[in-house]
Amino acid sequence: METKTKKTVNMDLKQYGMFLILIGIFLLFYITTKGANAVPFNINNLIMQNGYVVILAIGMLLCVLTGNIDLGVGSVVAVTGSVAGIIMIDYKMNMWVAIIAALAVGIITGLFAGFFIAYLSIPPFVVTLATMLMGRGLTYTLLQAQTKGPFTDSYNFVGAGFLPTFKIAFMDGTLDLVSIAVAILASIALIVSEIKDYRTKKKYNFAVYPVWQIALKLVIMLFIIWFFFTKLAMCNGLPFVLLIMAILIFAYGFITSKTVAGRQIYALGGNRKAANLSGIDTNKVFFWVYVNMGFLSSIAGIVLAARNGSATPKAGDGFEMDAIASCYIGGAAVAGGAGSIVGAVVGAFIMGILNNGMSLMGFTTDVQKIFKGVVLLLAVTLDVLSKRKKK
Amino acid sequence: MSDYILEMNHITKEFSGVKALDDVNLKVKKGEIHAICGENGAGKSTLMNVLSGVYPFGTYDGDILYKGEHCKFHNLRDSEAKGIVIIHQELALSPLLSVAENVFIGNEQTSSKGIIDWTRTRSRAQEMLAKVGLEHEDVNVPINTLGVGKQQLIEIAKAMAKKVELLILDEPTAALNDEESRKLLDIMLQLKSQGITCIIISHKLNEIEYVSDSVTIIRDGKTIETLVKGVDDYSEDRVIKGMVGREMTNRYPVREGVEIGDVIFEVKNWNVFHPDDEHRQMLKDINIQVRAGEVVGLAGLMGAGRTELAMSLFGRSYGQKISGSIFINGKEVHIKTVKDAVKNKLAYISEDRKTYGLNLIGDVKENMTIAARPFFFSKNGVINENDEIVAAQEYKERINVKANSINQVVGSLSGGNQQKVVVAKWMLTQPDVLIMDEPTRGIDVGAKYEIYCVINELAKAGKAVIVISSEMPEIIGTCDRCYVINEGEIAGELNRDEFSQERIMQLIMAHMRKGDGNGN
Repeated sequence: METKTKKTVNMDLKQYGMFLILIGIFLLFYITTKGANAVPFNINNLIMQNGYVVILAIGMLLCVLTGNIDLGVGSVVAVTGSVAGIIMIDYKMNMWVAIIAALAVGIITGLFAGFFIAYLSIPPFVVTLATMLMGRGLTYTLLQAQTKGPFTDSYNFVGAGFLPTFKIAFMDGTLDLVSIAVAILASIALIVSEIKDYRTKKKYNFAVYPVWQIALKLVIMLFIIWFFFTKLAMCNGLPFVLLIMAILIFAYGFITSKTVAGRQIYALGGNRKAANLSGIDTNKVFFWVYVNMGFLSSIAGIVLAARNGSATPKAGDGFEMDAIASCYIGGAAVAGGAGSIVGAVVGAFIMGILNNGMSLMGFTTDVQKIFKGVVLLLAVTLDVLSKRKKK
Repeated sequence: MSDYILEMNHITKEFSGVKALDDVNLKVKKGEIHAICGENGAGKSTLMNVLSGVYPFGTYDGDILYKGEHCKFHNLRDSEAKGIVIIHQELALSPLLSVAENVFIGNEQTSSKGIIDWTRTRSRAQEMLAKVGLEHEDVNVPINTLGVGKQQLIEIAKAMAKKVELLILDEPTAALNDEESRKLLDIMLQLKSQGITCIIISHKLNEIEYVSDSVTIIRDGKTIETLVKGVDDYSEDRVIKGMVGREMTNRYPVREGVEIGDVIFEVKNWNVFHPDDEHRQMLKDINIQVRAGEVVGLAGLMGAGRTELAMSLFGRSYGQKISGSIFINGKEVHIKTVKDAVKNKLAYISEDRKTYGLNLIGDVKENMTIAARPFFFSKNGVINENDEIVAAQEYKERINVKANSINQVVGSLSGGNQQKVVVAKWMLTQPDVLIMDEPTRGIDVGAKYEIYCVINELAKAGKAVIVISSEMPEIIGTCDRCYVINEGEIAGELNRDEFSQERIMQLIMAHMRKGDGNGN
């Protein structure tokens, strides 16, 4: 019989390769910066500086899954930030009004792009190139090419604030016990979910990974968690942005893997015609993917403006490229239909660590761009080559 | 000097340790039509790729002797320079370019300075078309305005332009109807009379019997035997025996103990217009009925409107200005989208699994459950993964999908197993009415048999099954009754005891004459 199934199967290294690359790059910079990239303050910066790219990468992944991209996100980030700024500074209105208005503007741009893409079948590349130009122009017009600020501290909390802390003396500084508690909870959750997964697979007589490989994976993941959280604990505690990121990662991770709507995006990306004939309203899927992108762009816009404490016309410039690159580095297929939220997030952090490490080494942003380009090309080339080998 | 134009000796080709070809020998005589037969995955295409240089010299073991010369082809150009041209199943035509340009793609007619000579391109294209019986075609129109049958002939014209001596055709008639196929086969015979040697790979054994002089049978990467017309037994059954390694006494499993019940699917006065041309009526006043437990065929030539009928019924996936009514289980249903169709227990299995049936980069489970998911495997939009795993596992075993696990990517399965995944996908939606469009196209004899068994099982469970097939023996072998469709109309209806290929053709011909008489 051909149906005899193997009881254990080796882990596909590629699936976790992104984590290894992440660690590898980090270690590389650890050596070249003589440890400067691992000091608590820098880890804190790494999270806070990359929050918006992570948020955008999550939305972008959905676009990439359909086999397309959204070029307009950087401009939408700028527009939403400037709308929030104008409401708070010029109209002296409450920050909540500003936030709601910014979210609304983001969703409206999403509705706009989604309508053209889904219901008029205009190629997403063209539609979002248009929103990119329109959005940037609109930002300059709204702000009259001036920076709008400063914002109140309560608004800036969204981008620059920290969760409540409970600090105790630790070594030369302090340690935030809230961060440690969260790290413990996260560790337990991770271990429990891994055991559950193992048990389910056993129950259905699926091939499972060898225990030592699962253990190794857990050790690596736990190491990453504890490394980040202890560093954060030694700095200012948990950034509010981290909470936003965590909520979004979990929500979208769940949507893409466990909901009908999420899997429909994959089906659409894998084969649109087949998806149509499977009862999936692919226009609707396209529409909501782009509306969602507008929504997440506005969150990134709010966070960015809060971190900067002001709205600037050049805000978000080139963010679309970072978000797209994050997805591809994170293993998403350029043709659509394959990729994961976790991959995109790891991709975003790889980009972030690259930026951060090179800044510490004293490279200018111009040089950084060269390296980012090289890494993107290498990542996708490796991905394509490894797939070709299998055939 | 031997009279063989081509000798492939002891060819062995491995893919990461798996032997796709194992010591294969193929000898083709000059000027003959030589057929290669084998189940899907037997290694036919691999062998042809070795011959044409797609797998370059050095990546395989063995020796190729062509016109007495040892050949070391490194790519397609090398083999084409020697006059060996391969025409693949998927046509290598650029749809928006003109016929003339397509004929000379990669072989452009240029002046000495490398600039394209359009006059010569057109006039020579016309010459080449004449050789394949298309002398009346306009060479300036985009090639996608022609039907598949003509496109296939243009592929041959393209090969003629390259001064072909050995022409290899991989499943040339897979997408053609009987009439077009016959025309293509006759062109092959004509080429043979001009001294061109042909190798044809085909699943359609009647065609092989008709056109070829000898046949080499490959099974599991090994040459089994070569049969010569006029010397050996050359019947279809004999060839099948060689292919599957056993006698296939009955290609169609017997359906027993099925109670045919009441009419559960009925279509009344169904009219459909062409999606791009609202004045062109594609289907006229179609009325059909199917009873519970009954298998009803839709026979007809390609382009008769069978697929259009099925797709227009299935959530209006084809056409515009659709009118008429559908009754399922005695109640009129209003099906406007595919989702409505699934909800009303109607399922449609497309004729083209790769384009319309499967997400090739998705795994078996994902593909099996995607259509049924909103109805059976989720609650408030959240998927119940455990139920999906159980169901996918059950169907994988039940219809014998040969995959490592339900997590295997569908694109890596063979055609027959892919087809089974599509069938499982629609069985999982628990339909009462199942329309199967060319359910066994391009799959091997063994997998075909298994698909027929599934049809029987569905009938036994009291479902209404509609089978669309261009292979008349398949209609005759599987159906209780059939409608003959021609030019968008029902040309007639036959019961099992009236079935024969002749009767079906007669109905089509009679209908065509009637159409002409009406002054069309």
